[in-house]
Amino acid sequence: MAEMIQLEVARYSPEKDAEPSFQTYEAPLRKDWVVLDALNHIKDQVDGSLTFRWSCRMGICGSCGMTVNGEPKLTCATFLTDYAPGPVRVEPLKNFPVVRDLVVEITDFLEKLQKVKPWLIRKDDKPMSEGEFLQTPEEMDRYKQFSMCINCLLCYAACPVYGLDPLFSGPAAIALAQRYNMDSRDQGAGERLDLLSQSEGIWGCTFVGECTEVCPKHVDPAGAIQQYKLTAAMEWFKSFLPPGGNP
Amino acid sequence: MNEPSRHTTFHPRWYRERMSTYWWLWRWKYLRFVLREMSSVCVAWFVIFTMMQVRALLRGQADYAVFQEWLRSPLLLVLNTVSFFFVLYHAITWFNLAPTAMVLRLGGKRVPDFAIAGANYAAWIFATAVVAWFILRG
Repeated sequence: MAEMIQLEVARYSPEKDAEPSFQTYEAPLRKDWVVLDALNHIKDQVDGSLTFRWSCRMGICGSCGMTVNGEPKLTCATFLTDYAPGPVRVEPLKNFPVVRDLVVEITDFLEKLQKVKPWLIRKDDKPMSEGEFLQTPEEMDRYKQFSMCINCLLCYAACPVYGLDPLFSGPAAIALAQRYNMDSRDQGAGERLDLLSQSEGIWGCTFVGECTEVCPKHVDPAGAIQQYKLTAAMEWFKSFLPPGGNP
Repeated sequence: MNEPSRHTTFHPRWYRERMSTYWWLWRWKYLRFVLREMSSVCVAWFVIFTMMQVRALLRGQADYAVFQEWLRSPLLLVLNTVSFFFVLYHAITWFNLAPTAMVLRLGGKRVPDFAIAGANYAAWIFATAVVAWFILRG
């Protein structure tokens, strides 16, 4: 018989539970199995009522973020053998309301993301006939790291500032704003400045740095926020200069 | 704590865990951050202490002798020893974080993190050496 590992999975049913509780399951401890495989095994073979989000199984879609033994993790990239002999405690992402079992409500993030206008903004668009906007490898290198974000929300789950103040824009939204601010094709930095330079924007961040630590795509949201603090401070100083920038 | 739905009609109830006042105690990484923030108090104390020392120096030898006597009190010895280690912790943690906040580019390429942190440490060692030379030259 295959070696087994215990999983303590958080269960919450809004219809009948006042708060989540833990249910223990067993899953085969296979070398090539990740926590998501174990959850799918439980759902398919043991308890079909277990609810969780997942899609791609390869660290691209960002759907399967959960708290594994207290740490925010992509469950599709978290191997069971790293937690042997177990038990492995699987909970929903912290700092978000729980809808059911391991599923969290993320509308708050989606609203914040939309507010920072994470798309290319052009003031002087050119006709298609003139071709694409060219970019050098160096120009792309400036924002590429921030463009790797998959919206998995591990950074929000690790951020105590967001946990204490849900008005805080949060790491991923600011990193994605910075991704477009640093894109040579974008002309929307001014439009994003007002929102990002509020106290709930970059200045809400106290540089705990955990967002960067837990990011599975090495985006470094903490870096994006600190770098934008410098930009915002410079813009604030510039606002005292007469038009044209000459003192 | 359950809250009424703010966003959609399809989630009439949900569970939101309340963050504990002691959130920073249950995880070493958070405790490390809070200690770094608290170390600012010790940095402020050293600034005040240095200003007091300069004031005593400017007031003459008698006043400085009283200041030195005050320095020997056990309470101040403990306070300054603890503050010293916190200021060290403050400097080291911030120097290590400097590359995250400071992105420099040379010849189109990003200057590596160790070079930025290293420059901070080098400046720190240089400043310490200058102060040590000034005090110890006799």
